[in-house]
Amino acid sequence: MIYLDHAATTQTDKEVLKAMKPYYDKYFGNPSSLYALGREAKKAIEDARQRVSDILHCEPEEIIFTAGGTESDNLAIFGVMEKFLTNSEKYHCITSNIEHPAVLYSYKKLEKFGFNITYIKVDQYGLINPKDILRALRPNTVLVSIMYANNEIGTIQKIIEIGRIIKNYRHIQRIDTLAKNSNYPVFHSDACQAAGYLDINTDDLGVDLMTLNGSKIYGPKQIGALFKKKNIQLAPLLCGGSQENGFRPGTENTASIVGFAKALELAEKNKAKESIRLKKLRDYFIMELLKIDNTILNGHPEKRLPNNVNVTFRYIEGESIMLKLDKEGIYVSTGSACHSQSLDPSHVILALGQNSEDAHGSMRFTMGKDTTKKNLDKTIRIVKKAVKELRAISAIDKE
Amino acid sequence: MSSKLKQPNQNTWLYTDIVKDHFFNPRNVQYDEPRDNKFNGKGTVGSPVCGDMMTMWIKVDEIDEKIKKCTWKTFGCASAIASTSILSEMVTKNGGMKITDAMKITPKDIIKELGGLPARKIHCSVLGDQALRAAIENYRKSA
Repeated sequence: MIYLDHAATTQTDKEVLKAMKPYYDKYFGNPSSLYALGREAKKAIEDARQRVSDILHCEPEEIIFTAGGTESDNLAIFGVMEKFLTNSEKYHCITSNIEHPAVLYSYKKLEKFGFNITYIKVDQYGLINPKDILRALRPNTVLVSIMYANNEIGTIQKIIEIGRIIKNYRHIQRIDTLAKNSNYPVFHSDACQAAGYLDINTDDLGVDLMTLNGSKIYGPKQIGALFKKKNIQLAPLLCGGSQENGFRPGTENTASIVGFAKALELAEKNKAKESIRLKKLRDYFIMELLKIDNTILNGHPEKRLPNNVNVTFRYIEGESIMLKLDKEGIYVSTGSACHSQSLDPSHVILALGQNSEDAHGSMRFTMGKDTTKKNLDKTIRIVKKAVKELRAISAIDKE
Repeated sequence: MSSKLKQPNQNTWLYTDIVKDHFFNPRNVQYDEPRDNKFNGKGTVGSPVCGDMMTMWIKVDEIDEKIKKCTWKTFGCASAIASTSILSEMVTKNGGMKITDAMKITPKDIIKELGGLPARKIHCSVLGDQALRAAIENYRKSA
């Protein structure tokens, strides 16, 4: 098979699996138990936390392990906003219109709670102009959430610049007693797709909260982390015990936490080399795909993740292409509505200014460590054939 | 650092085998613009904006009012393509269906013929019956 959907998930690395195994059958104790079996598990978690914090250049206490990227995003957003709930109409939050659903739908819920929301629009490449963030900031803005790199089109945002703008704004803005301390607006970034390819040093990035996910970096699924800067106030989503300093109650998933730390270490170790290798393959693949007429590149030509290729094949529908490739053992994903539960095509592709008709034909190919030039060449051949066949039966008049 | 991935079982499929067959081997496709008197009815429904659009051509025998030929073109997902393909067979088999009967075909009939469709596909992708009715109305107008 040729797996080109690494942004959806990745296979768990053998080394990761090996590191995890003892925590299922050998050191299975509850990390909160005070006897040796529990202490052993606790030690593994704290060791994992130390290693993750070393990579992120932060304190171990600033790492909260969660059950994945979606949970980390929700915890960041609702965790910050909870204390403003009773006076929601007084406060303002910012995000972009190409966020992952975990952020976007959390913001829709904030809107329902009465908060004022600004959705920053991206340009035709999916890029946010940091000046638009500056223009959107208000004295009552308490949260800004901007993703680091987009999961569909791979566009990389100017996170450092955005962080600096937000930090500078803290000195001039002031609202009321609730949000008086100098930590508002809080800056959150979803870095699920960035890990393994981009700098995730939280010191460099200037983020207050940052989401990470295990299953995109050859780690297990349903495990993630939220980096939370020490001075940021956060309310837990769940009510329960005092695990993860009370920010994430529930018995810890020791094996997955260990696996996540291992996966993140491997991702960091391979980052530089793998990024160079995949960038070359990415640019070659894009060049070959654009040789098919009426094909549009979605996202930025350079400011994009090394493993992401997203194109629109006009006049045809994405699910049909996907299934034709599936038959040949090639696995990709599409922004077509036919692939989702809604009737609308990808909100990200639409945000680039593409019309719905074309957005239905958008396809995402995301490469990974198993990707070779040989499999890309085969993919190109089969894509060309599928596009030709589907265009031949398409009812849309080609201009 | 490339590693080989194992091929999973390819025999699992999102749709029924009938849908799969019609998607991969569509019947009665109208590849080129037909010559003037080859057909006497044409209907187009749907919109590319919604992700599904189809055109159907029919040749109705003016004496017995049966559909002798039915061809089509579809922009859409696998179930849209398969449902149009199977409909073109339904109306032309056994010497052709009478247009009065063809007018009565519902999406339910087409889905039954396909052996079922996933629930969320039913409303958006089965437009063939509407395209057929539009083609029959077009025939009646010009006849």
